[in-house]
Amino acid sequence: MTVNLPTLQPGQSGTITAIHAGEDLYHRLAALGFRVGKRLEIVRKGCCSGPLQVRIGTTDVIMRRHDALQIDVKVPG
Amino acid sequence: MKRIALLGMPNTGKSTFFNRLTGASARVGNWPGITVDLMSAKVPLGGAMAEIVDLPGIYDLHGFSDDEQVVRHFLENTPVDLVLLILNTSQIERQLALALQIKQLGLPSVLLLNMSDEAKKFGITVNTSSMAEQLGMPVVLFSAKYGEHYQEAMSVVAAAIGASHPVQLESLREKLQPDHQIEASMEAVLKKSVIIPERLSEQLSDRLDRVLLHPFWGILLFFAAMFLVFQAVFAFGKPLQDGVAWLLELFKDYALEPLLTGLPAPLHGFLIDGLYNGVGTVAAFVPVIVLFFLLMAVVEDTGYLSRAAFLMDALMSRMGLDGRSFVMVLMGFGCNVPALMGTRVMRSRPLRLLSMLVIPFSLCSARLQVFLFITTALFTAKQAPLVLFSLYLLSFATAILTALLFRKRFQNNEPFILELPPYRLPTLRQIVLRGWHEVHHFLSRASKFIVAGVVLVWLLTHLPFSAQPASPETWAGLIGGAMEPLLAPLGIDHKLAVALIFGLVAKEIVIGSLAVIFSLEGDALTRAIAQQMDWVQAYSFMLFTLVYTPCLSTIATLRSESKSLGFTLLSLGWSLGLAWTLSFAFYQGARALGL
Repeated sequence: MTVNLPTLQPGQSGTITAIHAGEDLYHRLAALGFRVGKRLEIVRKGCCSGPLQVRIGTTDVIMRRHDALQIDVKVPG
Repeated sequence: MKRIALLGMPNTGKSTFFNRLTGASARVGNWPGITVDLMSAKVPLGGAMAEIVDLPGIYDLHGFSDDEQVVRHFLENTPVDLVLLILNTSQIERQLALALQIKQLGLPSVLLLNMSDEAKKFGITVNTSSMAEQLGMPVVLFSAKYGEHYQEAMSVVAAAIGASHPVQLESLREKLQPDHQIEASMEAVLKKSVIIPERLSEQLSDRLDRVLLHPFWGILLFFAAMFLVFQAVFAFGKPLQDGVAWLLELFKDYALEPLLTGLPAPLHGFLIDGLYNGVGTVAAFVPVIVLFFLLMAVVEDTGYLSRAAFLMDALMSRMGLDGRSFVMVLMGFGCNVPALMGTRVMRSRPLRLLSMLVIPFSLCSARLQVFLFITTALFTAKQAPLVLFSLYLLSFATAILTALLFRKRFQNNEPFILELPPYRLPTLRQIVLRGWHEVHHFLSRASKFIVAGVVLVWLLTHLPFSAQPASPETWAGLIGGAMEPLLAPLGIDHKLAVALIFGLVAKEIVIGSLAVIFSLEGDALTRAIAQQMDWVQAYSFMLFTLVYTPCLSTIATLRSESKSLGFTLLSLGWSLGLAWTLSFAFYQGARALGL
């Protein structure tokens, strides 16, 4: 099943299937290791629609939900 | 002289390495074609002097953030002999891309793999000779913070700089275009020389984050931490400021005064009360800036600043700011000057400018002194705390209003994606060097402007010399009189207008200036003020003082940090206009209600 990244619950992980970001965001994501086929995990979500904490490889990243909406992930089931 | 560029990703310990390498000798330098300050230092390397330039931390040489463009423009316009590339060993699997980008450009370089200590904890091992062979550049593992293998790294750097020649800018410019092969070569190098365990063990950082990023406890601890920082700056800063003032006074009494006796009175006054006081105004900020940045270094280097950004972002993003702006606004309640300097952690210029526009509305400790004096003079002991509290609320309200009104104009287009580094202990050396660099920066950039301003105000309040200082006959008095039609609707008379002119220099001297203007001191002054105005006038005056303009040092810092006179004038114009409107609305409203 493919969903938007912010749909994932804390502790859930998935595999990136697509990144629909503009050039600016795409570059930043790529440099931080976000590529199609990479596994990532949502560590926690900030309260009141705050940012997400995403773990990808050995790197932890915080990003706003509207940026995270651009990332599609495949989750089992 | 050979020139070395220091390059690396954010949070790789690049600045720690720079500080270790250069000690306290670094200077802020201007470079052609670049609008931001870069730190540079001349150090002996391999028997000759070399100039080291610390470039901003970037993720991608071909990226489009402000910093990435700065680095590209620097490399295209400044011939370097060697690039020192610093990467974080524990994140090598993604950071290696930068090394391959450098290699592709044909820049002579040395790869320094930092944080070897952290990588060891993760169980990551690197075969440096295999990596060096594939990358075509020397590779050294070391720890900038603890100095492990530091000497070894430096001898490799010295050998490399001895053998290298400056790059040809022409060919470099041609090559500076994105290349898609990098990703493939990266995979190949990683496969051959790096082993990363499948799943990382739970680190201490994860356990700490569970508390510090908790929606309730995290925010509570954040405010507690901010309160502590704020209190510490206040508690240690005040005695230090007093100490500096005492030393300056001592120097004046025992060295300057005897030296200058016999000079005509106006010249004597100009030198001591104008020029020397100007120096004193600058000096008074030094302890606060040192303390602030000592504490900021701890907050930043431990990795807590990114956590604070995570906690406060939901609130701040609605105002066009981000979590880090909130930390700086809170710091502004101690003193606006270091808070403005602290916005440098934000790399997007519009975001930084919007934060700088908001910070001067923070009710700093100097303004608090004025309000304490006036509330004591005009309000009962029961009313006074409420009055003060209302001023703090107004300070927040004006900051929020400013952010909301200007967020379209200073729209931040950079995506908010921040790395959350693991918690690290800063070393004392790092902390002290940071404080020293910031003070140096403040002194070299803002001090002339501040001294000139203090001298100007002294002249305004003393010319012509035939008049009583700060009396209606002086130039300041004349300006105060001319402002009367503008200030009378706010309930501010010409005497208080002169005090507001003094307040431009520093809010601390407003009360002192009232003493000069009324020729009264202590309780007599308090009584005179209480007779001069009623509470509506007093509140209107405090409202105006809160908003109308930050002190001269803040203005100087605004100008030196934004590097834009236009922005500084916008900030001044907006706060003056807002102050007038608020005071007018309050004063006329209260009078209309018959108060």
